[in-house]
Amino acid sequence: MTKTPLQFRHNGRDVALFVDGGVNLLVALRELIGDMTPKFGCGQGGCGACSVLIDGELHLSCLTLAETVNGRAVETLDGLKDGPNLHPLQRAFMEQFAAQCGYCTPGMLMAAKALLDRNPSPTRAEVVEAISGNICRCTGYEPIINAVLAAATSGRARA
Amino acid sequence: MAKHRGRGIASVNYPIGMNLGGDPSQALVHSNPSGKFTVSLSSIDLGQGMKSVTRQICAETLGVPVEDVYVDTADSDTGPHCMGSFASRGTHRVGNAVMAAAKEARGVMMEAAAEELEVNAADLDTDGRGNIHVKGAPHRSISTKDVAIAAQFKQGKTISGRGIFLVPLSEVNPETGEMSPATCYAHACLVAEVEVDDETGEVAMVRMDSAYELGRALNPRLVEQQLVGGAWMGISHALFETPEPYYPDPAHGPRDFVEYLMPGPGDICPHDIAVLERPAADGPFGAKGPGEMCANPVLPAVANAIFNAVGVRMDELPITPEKVLRAIKAQGGARPQARR
Repeated sequence: MTKTPLQFRHNGRDVALFVDGGVNLLVALRELIGDMTPKFGCGQGGCGACSVLIDGELHLSCLTLAETVNGRAVETLDGLKDGPNLHPLQRAFMEQFAAQCGYCTPGMLMAAKALLDRNPSPTRAEVVEAISGNICRCTGYEPIINAVLAAATSGRARA
Repeated sequence: MAKHRGRGIASVNYPIGMNLGGDPSQALVHSNPSGKFTVSLSSIDLGQGMKSVTRQICAETLGVPVEDVYVDTADSDTGPHCMGSFASRGTHRVGNAVMAAAKEARGVMMEAAAEELEVNAADLDTDGRGNIHVKGAPHRSISTKDVAIAAQFKQGKTISGRGIFLVPLSEVNPETGEMSPATCYAHACLVAEVEVDDETGEVAMVRMDSAYELGRALNPRLVEQQLVGGAWMGISHALFETPEPYYPDPAHGPRDFVEYLMPGPGDICPHDIAVLERPAADGPFGAKGPGEMCANPVLPAVANAIFNAVGVRMDELPITPEKVLRAIKAQGGARPQARR
C-alpha cells in the first residue's frame, strides 16, 4: 500500500512520518509516535477516551484521519505537564481524587483543557457540558467536575 | 401531563466477602537491603484503592513510614494466592493477610535490631519515621535501613513475613438453610428523590442523601470516592444500563457505548453522604469495606421514589422511560402518593 508522508506539531515538537491511507490519528499517535496517553475506548466516538486538541480544538482522534492533521498542531495529555511540573488541571485531578481506574482521565483532561483555554471561569453547567462527550465508569463525574472548577479557580488566582 | 416528585428509601445489610468453599487471601512482606518493604499480592487494584489501603496497613503494622512500603500486585502466576477483588472483600480479607505478614516481618526486624543494639527485642519500639529505639530512650536507636543492611549482610536473616486470612467454609444446614456466610456486615441507608415525567416516562434524579456504616474508614478520601462513584453506578443500574433491554428476547441489545446507555455528567444529582464508623472486631484496624454496597441501596430507593411520585411499582431493571410510561398507562394515569 502507498504511504503518505505526514508532518505536524506534536506537543510543540515537529514530527514527520509515513502513514497508510485510512489510518486514524489515534493509531498514528500510539503506534507510530509512541504517545500512549490518548486511549482507545470504543473506536467510534462514543466515549471520549481518545480526545486530543488539534489547533486548540477538541477532537476525537479515533475518528480523525491522520492525514488531515498535516501541518497542524496536535496536543495530547503527554504535553500537558511542563517538565516536572504538573499542569494545574493535573494537580486538581489528583487533589480532588478525580480518577479511579484512570482510563478516561487523559480524555477528561484534554476536554477540560479545551474548555479552560477558551473560558477560564466556567460555571458548573459549562464544565458538565464540556465533559459530556467523555464517559467515566468509576468516579460518578462529581470529583471530575469539582477538579475542573478547582483548576479554573487556581488559574485565576495565579493570573 | 406533569412532572411528579417522589422520595424513596432503602436500607442494606451487606456481608463482607463471600463463602463458597472458604474465603482465603495470602500476602507476603519482605524488606529490601535499603530498608524499604515490598508487599506481594495477587489481589488486583482496579482503581478502588487496594494498593493504597494495603500499603497503609503494612506501614502501620511494621511501624515504618508509608513511603517506605511498596505494594506489588503484578502477577497472579507468581504472587501469593488471592480469591480476588470482589464481594467487597479486599480491605477485610487482604488487609488482614497483609497485617499478619507485616506482624511476622516486624518480629524479625525487631530481633535484628535487638542484635545490633545489644538489647532485648521486647524493649524496642518503632517511631513510625524509620527508626527503632529502646523504649524510654529514644537516643538508643537504629534506622530500619541499617537494620535491613545488618540483617542482609551480617546476620544472614530475611526480614520477611507470611500472612493468610481465611474465613472457613460455613456449611449450609440442610434442614433450616442456615449458614454464616460472612464474619461482619456493613450497612447503608439511602434516600433518593426523583422527578418523573408522566408524559415521557423519564425519571430524573433530584438528590440523594445517604449514610454508610463500614467499619473504620482506613482512607476516608478513598472511601468517599468509592461511595460517590458507586452511587453513580447504582443510578446507572436503576435507570440506564442493560445488555438485553427486552430480555429474554435479545433483540435491540446495545452493541457499543452509543447504544449502551449510562448516565452522563448532566444526569447526576447532589448526593450528601455521612460515613459512620463502627470498627469490626475481626477487621484490619476495624475496617470492613465499602465495595459493592456503594451501588446497592440506590436501586430500591429509586424504585420506591418512583412509586411515591406516580404510584407505579417497577420490578424490572433498568427502569426505562418505556417501562414507566407503560405502567402509568396501565393504571390509568399517574397517582402521586403521600409525601413523607
